[in-house]
Amino acid sequence: MGRIVLNRDRCKACYLCVDACPKKVLGADNQVNALGYYPVTVSNPEECIGCAMCARVCPDIAIEKVYR
Amino acid sequence: MEQLVYKKPDSIKDDFKISFCPGCDHGTAVKLVAEVLDELGVRENTIGIASVGCSVFSYDFFNVDIVEAPHGRSMAAATGVKRSKPDKVVFTYQGDGDLASIGLAETIHAMTRGEKVTAICINNTTYGMTGGQAGPTTLIGQVTTTTTSGRKAELSGYPLKISEILKEVDGTAYVARVTLDSPAAIMNAKKCIKKAFEAQIKGLGTGFVEILSTCPTNWKMTPQEAHARVRGEMSEVFKPGVYKDKVSEAL
Repeated sequence: MGRIVLNRDRCKACYLCVDACPKKVLGADNQVNALGYYPVTVSNPEECIGCAMCARVCPDIAIEKVYR
Repeated sequence: MEQLVYKKPDSIKDDFKISFCPGCDHGTAVKLVAEVLDELGVRENTIGIASVGCSVFSYDFFNVDIVEAPHGRSMAAATGVKRSKPDKVVFTYQGDGDLASIGLAETIHAMTRGEKVTAICINNTTYGMTGGQAGPTTLIGQVTTTTTSGRKAELSGYPLKISEILKEVDGTAYVARVTLDSPAAIMNAKKCIKKAFEAQIKGLGTGFVEILSTCPTNWKMTPQEAHARVRGEMSEVFKPGVYKDKVSEAL
């Protein structure tokens, strides 16, 4: 079981993390953020294994912390 | 009991503002350099040299002292900083338009002198900040705003292979070319950046890492398509790998 801390107002919606996640935990939000993008959101939190792949590929450090 | 397995590096400012376009590998590269500074425990003792290009805003996110160098002259500025403060860890963060074009002379001569600094070069085959003009690393056939029907060798030459040139320079201790197109590639890139810093910390010579990066905005691609291009036609011309490694030999 893992958990990520996501700063949705830093996300620029490149969705590289969505592709990197091996468990399909992440998806796109339907509400825009402060930057005007549709940011990433945690759509399947119970599937997260805390591998931190999403945080490693995020170019904007929007995923600030990962717990396992 | 849950454990913290990843956090924002301390070498990135708390109120950082990543100024790059969505999906640009620059952000990942900055983060890796910061992670390496954290792991080596040298953040308080480091001076960075920013360049001109998309990397110009380095002082907005690196939590170290930054000197802003004129276009291309980062390695010259790094030489001055390192020679006046030899106990500091000094690195430059440059694009290919800065390091491989206008700053090629400064880069090669600093490395010929074996300056104990680390140079990080982001190669995205174009001038990103100014709107996607052809650069020295632009691939043959690549369409840019100044090569509208594709780069032609007979008109503007061949792409400059900077790692292959710098490995022949005697002063370099570590030369590698890496990509950032997958989590595994990112982990490998971090190892290479760490060795490039160890090259100067151990006093072996200049450490150099060329990072094949994406420019989704000027390539007019999605971040995913841009990574596919890095894996495909870019890696065919600019072959990733470790070209010179005196750091492992010295251990």
